[in-house]
Amino acid sequence: MKISVKINGKTVERDVDPRMLLVHFLRDELGLTGTKVGCDTSQCGSCTVHLNGEALKSCTFFAVQADGAEITTIEGLAANGSLHPMQEGFWEKHGLQCGYCTPGMIMASVAFLKKHAHPTEEDIRHGLEGNLCRCTGYHNIVAAVKAASEKMGG
Amino acid sequence: MASRVFGASIKRKEDPRLITGEAKYLDDLQLPGMAHAAILRSPHAHARIKSIDTSAAAAVPGVLGVFTGKDFMDVNPLPCAWQAGGVENHVNTPRVLEPEKVTFTGAGVAVVVAESRYIAEDALQLIKVNYEVLPAVVDAQKATQSGAPQIHDNAPNNVCMEWSCGDKAGTDKALGEAEVVIKERVVNQRLIPTPMETRGCIAQYLPATDEYTVWMTSQAPHVMRLLMTAFVFGIPETKMRVISPQVGGGFGAKIFLYPEYCLVTALSKKIGRPVKWAETRSENYVATTHGRDHITELEVGAKRDGTITALRVNTYANLGGILSTIAPGIPTTLYGRLLSGAYKIPNIYCHVWGVYTNTGMVDAYRGAGRPEATFVVERAVDMVANQLSMDPAEIRRKNFIPSSAFPYDPKILNGLKYDSGDYDKALGKALEMVGYQDFRKAQADARQQGRYLGIGFSSYIEMCGVAPSAWIGLPGEGWGAGLWESANVRVHLTGKVVVTSGSQSHGQGHETTTAQIVAEELGVPVEDVIVQHSDTLGTPFGYGTYGSRSASVGQVAVFNSLQKIKEKAKKLGAHLLEAAVEDVVFENGKVHVKGSPDKAKTIQELAGAAALGYSLPAGMEPFLDDTAYYDPPNCTFPFGTHICIVEVDAGTGQIDIKRYVAVDDVGKVINPMIVDGQVHGGIAQGVAQALWEGAVYDENGQLLTGSLMDYALPRADLLPSFEVGRTETPSPTNPLGVKGAGETGTIAATPAVVNAVLDALKPLGVLHIDMPMTPARVWQAIQKG
Ligand code: FES
Ligand code: FES
Repeated sequence: MKISVKINGKTVERDVDPRMLLVHFLRDELGLTGTKVGCDTSQCGSCTVHLNGEALKSCTFFAVQADGAEITTIEGLAANGSLHPMQEGFWEKHGLQCGYCTPGMIMASVAFLKKHAHPTEEDIRHGLEGNLCRCTGYHNIVAAVKAASEKMGG
Repeated sequence: MASRVFGASIKRKEDPRLITGEAKYLDDLQLPGMAHAAILRSPHAHARIKSIDTSAAAAVPGVLGVFTGKDFMDVNPLPCAWQAGGVENHVNTPRVLEPEKVTFTGAGVAVVVAESRYIAEDALQLIKVNYEVLPAVVDAQKATQSGAPQIHDNAPNNVCMEWSCGDKAGTDKALGEAEVVIKERVVNQRLIPTPMETRGCIAQYLPATDEYTVWMTSQAPHVMRLLMTAFVFGIPETKMRVISPQVGGGFGAKIFLYPEYCLVTALSKKIGRPVKWAETRSENYVATTHGRDHITELEVGAKRDGTITALRVNTYANLGGILSTIAPGIPTTLYGRLLSGAYKIPNIYCHVWGVYTNTGMVDAYRGAGRPEATFVVERAVDMVANQLSMDPAEIRRKNFIPSSAFPYDPKILNGLKYDSGDYDKALGKALEMVGYQDFRKAQADARQQGRYLGIGFSSYIEMCGVAPSAWIGLPGEGWGAGLWESANVRVHLTGKVVVTSGSQSHGQGHETTTAQIVAEELGVPVEDVIVQHSDTLGTPFGYGTYGSRSASVGQVAVFNSLQKIKEKAKKLGAHLLEAAVEDVVFENGKVHVKGSPDKAKTIQELAGAAALGYSLPAGMEPFLDDTAYYDPPNCTFPFGTHICIVEVDAGTGQIDIKRYVAVDDVGKVINPMIVDGQVHGGIAQGVAQALWEGAVYDENGQLLTGSLMDYALPRADLLPSFEVGRTETPSPTNPLGVKGAGETGTIAATPAVVNAVLDALKPLGVLHIDMPMTPARVWQAIQKG
C-alpha cells in the first residue's frame, strides 16, 4: 500500500506491506535506527516516537496507519544542531547508561512534559511507567526530566 | 594541574551519540546483501528429536535455506570455559542446533535464512518436528533424588559436579558446641537478566581470504573469537574478527558464547551472504542465560552474646538443561568462597551440588554468586540477632572484621586476603544518614497505630577484578584461561591520545573514565583522548567486561602504560632541555628541570618531537606508544552497608519502600556520577529480586514468565529515589586505589529489603518469606504468623 508520512519535517512516500510495523518502517525502510525495539509485547517503550505530537509505541502500530500523519523520531528532536532540553537533561544528569532505552525514554518524556509542565517526582515516575530501563534504576532519569522541565520554564 | 580530572563528575563522552539516536547497536547495522535468520525453538523441555521436515519452509519464496542440527555435525559443541575447580565436572554443552535431544524449552532445532525477517518467520511456522516427549524435572533439589528423569547419560542423578570449600570437621564441631543454632531453607530464585537490548549477531564470510567478520552483542569480543576459532570451528584465530558494536546492557548475559553466534557464523559461509539474527524478547527469555536459582539449607551457630561461631551451607545450584560458558564457576568459586561476608566467622563449610534440570541455561547475572552468598550471610546474621533479641546493627558491629585486621584471611578464600576495609565506618555513616534512633521511635509509634514499619540492613563485601590468573586459572579455581587485562596508549604527533583496550563497555562509561585517567596522568584535556575498544582488530587481547573488573584491572593497565609513556617523555624532555634525566620532572603535562617550571616541554611538544624523530636521545625509538598487560596480585574487596525502610500493609501484604540508603566503599572513585549511577541501577535490580522478579517454570518445564508481560521488571513508579553515600578506603591492590563499582548495588540490596520486611512483621511472628515477597506471599505469612 502507498503511504505518505511527514517524518522529522520531510514528507516521504513509500509502498509498504500492510502488515509492516511502523517501527520496522522507520528502522528498516528509512534507516532511522535511533528508534529501538526492546520487546514483542508492547511493554518496554524503547520504540516510542511522536505521532502528531503524541507519544506512540511504534511497535504497536502499522506503517499504513501512519498514512497522512506527522512523525517525530529521536533523530528529529535536536533542532538546528542544538540539543533539545530533554536531551541535555539526560546528558547532564546521567540519565542513561547503555543508552538503549534512551531514545524512547526521551521521546516519552518530551510528550509527558507537554501535558505536565510542572511535574513532581511522583508525576514523572507515573508518567514514565510505560518505558523500561534496566540500567539506571530510574533515579537519574527522574532527575533528568525534572531538570528539563525546569529548563523549559516549568 | 589546577583541578583534578580523576575524581570529577564530568559528563560522559559517549552520550552525544546515544541521546541523538546516532549510536549503532547490532540490529541497527545493515550490510549489502544481508540475509536474515530466524530460529525454530523446542516447545518441549525434554524431548528426543525423531525427525524434522523442512520441505514446506524451504519452498517459501524468498527462503534461501533451511537447516537443522544434522547439517552442522562438523561444528563442535560449544566449550565450557570454567569448570568447578578441583572436582570432576560432567560437561554437556550446546551445539549450534540440537541434532538429537533438547533439554530445555527454547533450545534451537532448526533455522531459516531468508531475504527478510518477515519471510524467515513465516517459513519457520511450516517446519514440522516430530518429538518424543520425555518427562521433565525443573527443581534442582528434586532432580538429584532417585526416580527423577535423567537428562544426560554422563551425569547420574543429574549432578554435573559436587564441590565444597571450607572446614567440614571444624564447622560440624563448632555447630555442635554452639549456644544457639538456627536452621533455615532459603531460596534464591531464578532471575532473567533482561538487558533492554536483546542479543544478536551478524556474520560475513570472505571467501577470498577464508575469513569471518562477526558482529555480536558481546561483553567480551576477544574471548568470543578465541572460543569460536579454537574450540568450535577449529580454525586459526587470525581467520576471524569479532566486533561488539554499541551494546545495550549485558548484566552478565552477554559474556557468554551462545549457539546462535556460531550458527550465524556457519550460515554466512553456507549461504555465501552476510547473515543477521536478532533475538526477539520472547527468545531472549528462553534462550539467553538466567541467573541465581539456588536452594540452600543453612545452619548458623553463635554464642549467646551474638558472636557467630559457625556457618554451614548445602546448596543446590540449578545450572539448567545444558551448560553455558562459565556456569559451574559461578555457584562455586564466586559463591562459596565469599561466605564469610564482612564477618569473622571462624568455621565455615559450604557444599554445592551443580545440577542439570530441564530449564534454561543459568550463568553469571550481575553479582554472579556474590549476591547469593551475601543473601545467605546477611539473612543468617539477622536470624541470630532475632533469636537473641539483639539489634541488627549491633550484631553486625560485634562480628565485623575490624579495620585493624587487614589484609584479612577469611580462610575459605583459598589463599587470597581481603585487601582493605573499614566496615564499621560505612555502617556508621549509613546509620547516621538514615537517622536510626529516630526511626526506631517512629516504628514504635507506628506499631501503636497498627502500622508496620521495618528497617533492614545489609553489610556486604564483594570481590571484584577476580585475579591473579594463577589463582583463578586452571591450577587454582578452574577458570580455563587468565584474567589479566591490557591497554595500549599512543600519543600522536598532534598530541591527541588514542587508547585501545581489551575491555568492553556496554553502559559503564569507559570512554569517559579512561579519558579521565589519561587526562590526569598526562595533563591533556579529556576531549583530546579517544578510547577504542570492542573490536578484536586493532585492540590488544583482553578478557572483557564483567565482575566489575574494568576499573580494577583494565584501567590499571591503562595507568601502567601511561607510566611507561611518562618515563619516555621524561627522557626525551631531559634530552631536549639538555638536562640529566634525574634532574627533570613530569608535572601537569610538562617536563621541566626541577625548580624551573618556566622552561618546559609540554606533552604535546614531546609527542610531536617523539613522532618526528629528528632529535631523540641515543637508542630511543620514535613515538610515544606503550602497551601494558596487568595481572593483579589480588582481587579487590568493596564493601558497605545498605539500609532499607519499608511499610507493610498487614491487610493486603503490600510492601511500600519508604527509603533506601546506600553507603558503598568502592575504593578510589574516578567519576562519582558514574559510580552513583552504577549503584542506583544495581539497587533497582536487587530490590526487584526481593519484591517482584522471578522466573517461573511449570513442572513440565514451560517458562510461565516468558515475556515482559509476565516477568516483573521494575518500573519507575515502583521504586523510590535512592540516598547514596560513600566512604573511601583505597585498595592497596592496585596503584589507582580503585575496587570496582558495577555490582555492589545488586549484591547488597536484596537482603536489605527482605530483612526490612521481616523486621516490620516481627510483631506478627513472621520469621521467613520466600522471594519475591509478593503481596500474596506476605499476606499468607501473616495469616500463618
Ligand atoms: S518495542 Fe517494546 S514497547 Fe515497542
Ligand atoms: S540506559 Fe540501559 S536500559 Fe536504560
